[in-house]
Amino acid sequence: MDMKRDYYEDIELFQSNTVFFWTVVLMACLFTLPLYVESYNIYLVNIILVHVIMAVGLNILVGYTGQISLGHAGFFAIGAYGTALISMHLHMPFVVSLIASGLIAAFFGFILGLPALRLEGPYLAIATLGFGLTIMHVIGRWEVFGGRMGITVPPLDMGVPGTPLSFVIEGDVKIYYLILVITILMVICARNLMKTRLGRAFVAIRDDDVAAEVMGVNLTVYKTLSFAVSAFYAGIAGGLYGYVVSFFDPFTFNLILSIIFLVMVVVGGLGSILGSVLGASLITYLQFDLLKNVEELPYLGDLLVLVSRKWLTVIGLANFSSIALGVIMICIVIFEPLGMFGIWIRIKKYWKTWPF
Amino acid sequence: MAHVRVENLSISFGGIKAVDDVSFEVEDNTIFSIIGPNGSGKTTIFNMISGIYRPDSGRVTLDGEDLVGKRPDKIAKKGIARTFQNIQLFTNATVMDNIMLGRHIHMKTGVLGGAFMWGRSSPTAKEEVKNREIVEHIIDFLDLQSVRDQFVGNLPYGKRKLVELGRALALEPKVLLLDEPSAGMNTEEKDDLRIWIKDIQEDYRVTILLIEHDMNMVMGISDRILAINQGVKIVEGKPSEVQKHPEVIAAYLGEED
Ligand SMILES: Nc1ncnc2c1ncn2[C@@H]1O[C@H](COP(=O)(O)OP(=O)(O)OP(=O)(O)O)[C@@H](O)[C@H]1O
Ligand SMILES: [Mg+2]
Repeated sequence: MDMKRDYYEDIELFQSNTVFFWTVVLMACLFTLPLYVESYNIYLVNIILVHVIMAVGLNILVGYTGQISLGHAGFFAIGAYGTALISMHLHMPFVVSLIASGLIAAFFGFILGLPALRLEGPYLAIATLGFGLTIMHVIGRWEVFGGRMGITVPPLDMGVPGTPLSFVIEGDVKIYYLILVITILMVICARNLMKTRLGRAFVAIRDDDVAAEVMGVNLTVYKTLSFAVSAFYAGIAGGLYGYVVSFFDPFTFNLILSIIFLVMVVVGGLGSILGSVLGASLITYLQFDLLKNVEELPYLGDLLVLVSRKWLTVIGLANFSSIALGVIMICIVIFEPLGMFGIWIRIKKYWKTWPF
Repeated sequence: MAHVRVENLSISFGGIKAVDDVSFEVEDNTIFSIIGPNGSGKTTIFNMISGIYRPDSGRVTLDGEDLVGKRPDKIAKKGIARTFQNIQLFTNATVMDNIMLGRHIHMKTGVLGGAFMWGRSSPTAKEEVKNREIVEHIIDFLDLQSVRDQFVGNLPYGKRKLVELGRALALEPKVLLLDEPSAGMNTEEKDDLRIWIKDIQEDYRVTILLIEHDMNMVMGISDRILAINQGVKIVEGKPSEVQKHPEVIAAYLGEED
């Protein structure tokens, strides 16, 4: 055994030179992306990044702490509306309104975490589902929120809106860089959190809450904290989402959205930050791009339309993406419970031993 | 100092008295064993001391401070750690992370500190490194280096028992409650365990409460022994005294011979 073990290695961001190398390569690709990707696709990538933040945050709650939430679209909505309204009415710079609405979402997360102290499994699912639906309907009724008609998001202003200090950022590409930096920051923060004291307490609660409590973990504090942190991520994601789409209404944040967030986390891999990044990317891509154009696929497209007309719905492949998501979910749960992260681990193992 | 006093402790489940008016006193830095047949209420006594169950009546004090009614995490912070009869580890975490959780109450890192751990000179990284060193000593002590980074779920039973012991030690307890630590171990592992328990008492100066079915171990290392049957105290005293008690021989030791 080497006597001078460096314990920092255990928690270091880049645990080997290989990891460091590939991270640099990935970063180089991400930062030069707009040079070779067309504008619509940058819009799609922006949505993916927003969903990455969302999925990472949701995974902290679901994957690491072992709680369930069917109401995360509610926090997403709080972030989106909060950011837009704060910059519109209070004339705050982007960063301030974004963080403020993240904190508001975190506060609601804390409140929702309180019943979670007593509820488990299906009961918690119902409580969080109720929360998500309530947020959606309350927002739809209040005029300040633009009612059912929705609101148009003001321009993204890094300075103070409506003054000479105003500094507006426009266009998908510029917004892309901004969101990219924020996403990288949030992913690193989440990874650090899960590697240290807080993450260990969350995992302890997930695996055995009695043992966790007997070892000195205050369940009240840490369960509500998990909800709050997770909701903060959702709020930040929502705030950014508003600037990406520039218009939304209450029904954008429906139950299906909450479920799709959950699908990202499960497909990516519960309890893995990397998995959440992969899951959010894959599901968003499937939803927005691949499955949208599936009708145009040669042969397969026609066949699917036929099947769909006959057995499912008359309006082409409208339901196809939900069905495909369902099938992916079922396959993941049956064949690879660790999700895409599990597949990734297997690939890594395979290459490590190859060609011996 | 760690002086545990249990006074007239009782609890019943659905009308059946699991522990009935049991009192005993554990002197600082001694090994105190509880023996009794299956279902006699041993684990239930531990559960009341560590705050998992609230007794119907009676008192538990640590150095004069009343523990009844306190939450388990508060009791842990007072310096009482335990292991479980049926092993309750964090299955999907590594040995290192399991034992690191034992350091929870000695660490401070919160949300912001954890999230913004920039580089090795950040307070969070320093705290992590310091505590990992402490845990590494425990891993060395219990001979767990070979499984340090393995997931607990994949370990054999005997090793898991040791990880649980390590996790409890990491809390730097004043009082350690061990619920059948040698169950499922082979003779060799039992011999090691016996030496370790003695070391924990002598070197770490921990007061130990031990539930154990292995009579060689109990008679060999205990300072005092409490024998209970069906929730009621039969006898309490030095190993030599307890060994001779007719009811103990009948109810417990008899079947061993
Ligand atoms: N939570 C509970 N609910 C109902 N009954 C319980 C509960 N906990 C313990 N009991 C009962 O209390 C009695 C004592 O159980 P306990 O687990 O303390 O026995 P033990 O002495 O540890 O036995 P063993 O040697 O088998 O571990 C048993 O009859 C058990 O069924
Ligand atoms: Mg027992």
